[in-house]
Amino acid sequence: MMFFFEVLIGGLMSGIMYALVALGFVLIFKASGVFNFAQAAMVLFAAMFMAGMYGDWGVPYWLAIPITILLMIGLAWVIERFVLRHLVNQEPIIMFMATIGIFFAIIGFAEIIWGSRSRTLDVGLPDDMLFIGDMLFQQYDIVTALMVAVLVVLLMIFAQKTRMGRVLRAVADDHQAAQSVGIKLSTVWVVVWSVAGVVAVVAGIVWGGSLGVQPVMVDVAFKALPVLLLGGLTSIHGAIIAGLIIGAGEALAEVYLGPIIGGGIDNWFAYIIAMAFMVWRPEGLFGEKIIERI
Amino acid sequence: MATPILKKAAMIGLGAVIGVGSFFAAHAQASEQYLPSLVYRTGPFAPSGIGFADGFADYVTLINERDGGINGVRIRLEECETAYANDRGVECYERLKDRGNGATVVAPLSTGITYAVIPRSRRDGIVLSTMGYGRADAAYGRVLDNVFMVPTTYWSSMTATLDYIAEQEGGWENMRGKDIVHAFHDSAYGREPLGVLRHYAEEYGFTLHEMAISPPGVEQRSVWQQIRRIQPDWVSLYGWGVMNPTAIRTAASMGIPRDRIIGGIYAAQDDAVLPAGSAAEGYKAVTFHGPGADYPIYDELQQYVYDAGLAAGDGDLMGTIAYNRGLINAGYIIEAWRQAQAEFGEGRPVTREETLWAWQQLKIDEDRVAELGMDGLMPTVDITCENHEGDGRVMVQQWDGENWNQLTDWLDTNRELVEGMYRDSAMRYAQEEGITPRSCD
Repeated sequence: MMFFFEVLIGGLMSGIMYALVALGFVLIFKASGVFNFAQAAMVLFAAMFMAGMYGDWGVPYWLAIPITILLMIGLAWVIERFVLRHLVNQEPIIMFMATIGIFFAIIGFAEIIWGSRSRTLDVGLPDDMLFIGDMLFQQYDIVTALMVAVLVVLLMIFAQKTRMGRVLRAVADDHQAAQSVGIKLSTVWVVVWSVAGVVAVVAGIVWGGSLGVQPVMVDVAFKALPVLLLGGLTSIHGAIIAGLIIGAGEALAEVYLGPIIGGGIDNWFAYIIAMAFMVWRPEGLFGEKIIERI
Repeated sequence: MATPILKKAAMIGLGAVIGVGSFFAAHAQASEQYLPSLVYRTGPFAPSGIGFADGFADYVTLINERDGGINGVRIRLEECETAYANDRGVECYERLKDRGNGATVVAPLSTGITYAVIPRSRRDGIVLSTMGYGRADAAYGRVLDNVFMVPTTYWSSMTATLDYIAEQEGGWENMRGKDIVHAFHDSAYGREPLGVLRHYAEEYGFTLHEMAISPPGVEQRSVWQQIRRIQPDWVSLYGWGVMNPTAIRTAASMGIPRDRIIGGIYAAQDDAVLPAGSAAEGYKAVTFHGPGADYPIYDELQQYVYDAGLAAGDGDLMGTIAYNRGLINAGYIIEAWRQAQAEFGEGRPVTREETLWAWQQLKIDEDRVAELGMDGLMPTVDITCENHEGDGRVMVQQWDGENWNQLTDWLDTNRELVEGMYRDSAMRYAQEEGITPRSCD
C-alpha cells in the first residue's frame, strides 16, 4: 500500500509539471481563441537563454531570469506586431498554422545564438531525497509544486482583480463586443503572450532543471496535450486538476498495467484517460460548453 | 553605350572564363575522393550529432592538410543535414551518392536511416559503415556483403558488459540470484540486446527485469520507482537522447547507486551525463573507443586543423565521446581507401568496387593504430568475408563529474554466442528478402 501511495503522489507531482506547460496554452487560447502550437518552443527558448547567458556570458541566474522575462515580453510584441496583427479576423486554423511557423522560427533563432548542444540549467532548486516513513519524495517536486501554486494564485489575482484581467476576460468572452467598447485587441494580445511567456520561463526553469536544456525539451508539449484535452482549453484551474489526474493516472497505469501489457505505456495511456473523459464531456472537465445556433 | 560587337566580345570572354573554370573544377573533382557525410547538427538529437560531425570532418581535414590527402588524393567531404530523420537521411543519400566522382562509402549515423538505405546501397554498390548501430546481424558478412559493423555491435558489447558485471561480483558462479534490470528505450534499438541478456539470465541464473521506457523519456519517475522496489544489483541502461540524462537523474533521486548503472554504447556519450549534473557522478558505460583527448592524434589535430583555423567546430568538443567516434569512423574509412589504393594503384581515387574489396579484408593492427596516433583510442580491426565486425571489443568508462575515465582495458566479447546469433538472424533476413548468401570458402 505504501508503494501505491508513493507512485500516486509521484504521479501527482509529475502532473503538476505537465500542468505548468498546459497553463501557457490555456492563457493564450482563453484570451484569443488561438491554440498556440509554439508554447513548448517558448519554454525551450526561455530555457536556452537562461542557460546560455549563465554558461556563455557568466550572467548569474538572479539576473538572467528577469532578463529572460523581459525578452519574452519583447518576443510577445514582435509576434503581435509582425504576425498576429496581420491575421485579425482570419479563421482559427490560419492562426494555428501561424503559430506552427512561430514554433520553428523561435527555435531556429535560439539555436543560431546558443547552438544545439545540451546545457545544464541549475538555478539552485533543492533536489535531495526526502523520506516520510518508507515513502520517498523529492524536494525538487515539492518546490516545483509550491512554485506552480504561487504562479496560479498570481494568475488568478491578475485575472480577477486587475483592470487588464477584466479586459482579458471581456476579450475572451466576445472579441467583437470588446472591440466595440474601445478595447485594443493588439494590446491584449501582447499582454497575454507576455504572460504566457512568463509561464514559459517558469516551465523552462523546472523542465530545464529536470531534463537539461536541449532541443528535445519541446516534447514536453506532448505531455501537456492530454492535460488540455481533459481540462479544457479555457480553464486555469482545469489545467491544474487535469494535470494531476493525468500524472497520477499514467503513473499508476505504468506500474500496475505496464507489467501486464508490456510496459512503456505511460505516454499513450495519458491520451486514453483524456479521451475517456472527453466521451463524457467533449469540452473537457472545465471547458466552456459552446452552443451555436444555426 | 556598349556596341553589339563589344557586347558579343564580353559574352565570349565570360563564357571562356566559365568554361575554363568549370574544366579545372571538374578536373579537381575527378582527382579527389568524394566523401558524403550525413550529419545531424540540428534537431532533437543535435547534442550527440554535432560532436561526431566535427570529429569526422576534422580528421578528413587533418589528412588533407598534413598528408596532402591519401597518396596525394585529397578527400572532398560534403555534409548533408538529416536532423536524424529517416526521410531526410534517405534524401541525403540519394542526393549525394553521385556527386563528385561518386560516393563509395556512407556512414548513415542512425539505425533508422541505415535500415532505409541498406537496399539502396546494395543496389548502388556503396559500402555502409555503421559503428555499432544499425543491423547487428550485418556482422555476418555472407548476407549483406556491403554493410560493416566495425568495431562492435549492441550484442557483442552486451556480452562484455555482463562479463564485467560478473567480474565485479566475483565470478559467474556468484551471479545466481542477482537482479539485473535492463531499462531501455521502447524501440527496436532498446530491445536489441534482450536476446543476449535472456540467454545469459537463463545460463547463469540471474533474474532479468525488462523495463521499457516510452520515448522520448522526459518523465520516467514511475519506471524508476519500480526499479527502486526491485533493489537491483545492476542496471543496464539503453536510452537515447534526453532519455539518458533523465534516467540517470531520476535514478539518483531514487537513491540508486550510479556506479551500479552501466549504459550501453549509445548511452555512453557526454550528452548522457552533462545535463544530469552531479547526479551522473559514478555512472558507468561501455564504449568502443578510448575516452578523452590524451592521444598523439590530438597534437596533430591541434597543429594542422585547429591552429590553422580549419576546424569544423570551435574546439570545445575535442575529447568528447561523440567527437572521438567521428575521428575513428573517418579513420576506418580512410584506412580502407588507403588499403584499396595499395592494391589497385596509388595516387588516384578508388572506385566503389575497390572500396568494397578493401572493406571486405580491412585489417588495422596495433602497430598501424599506433602509427595513426590513435593507440588506445581506436580498436584494432580484422575483417573477413564472414565477419564484418571484427572482434567487437569494448571498454568500460566511468564519469567523475567532469570527465570520462577508462576503468578497464579492452574487454573480449563472447564470439561463440554472438556469431551464432548473427548467423541465425542474418539467414532469416536473407530468406525474407530473397537474398542468396554468398560463399566464403
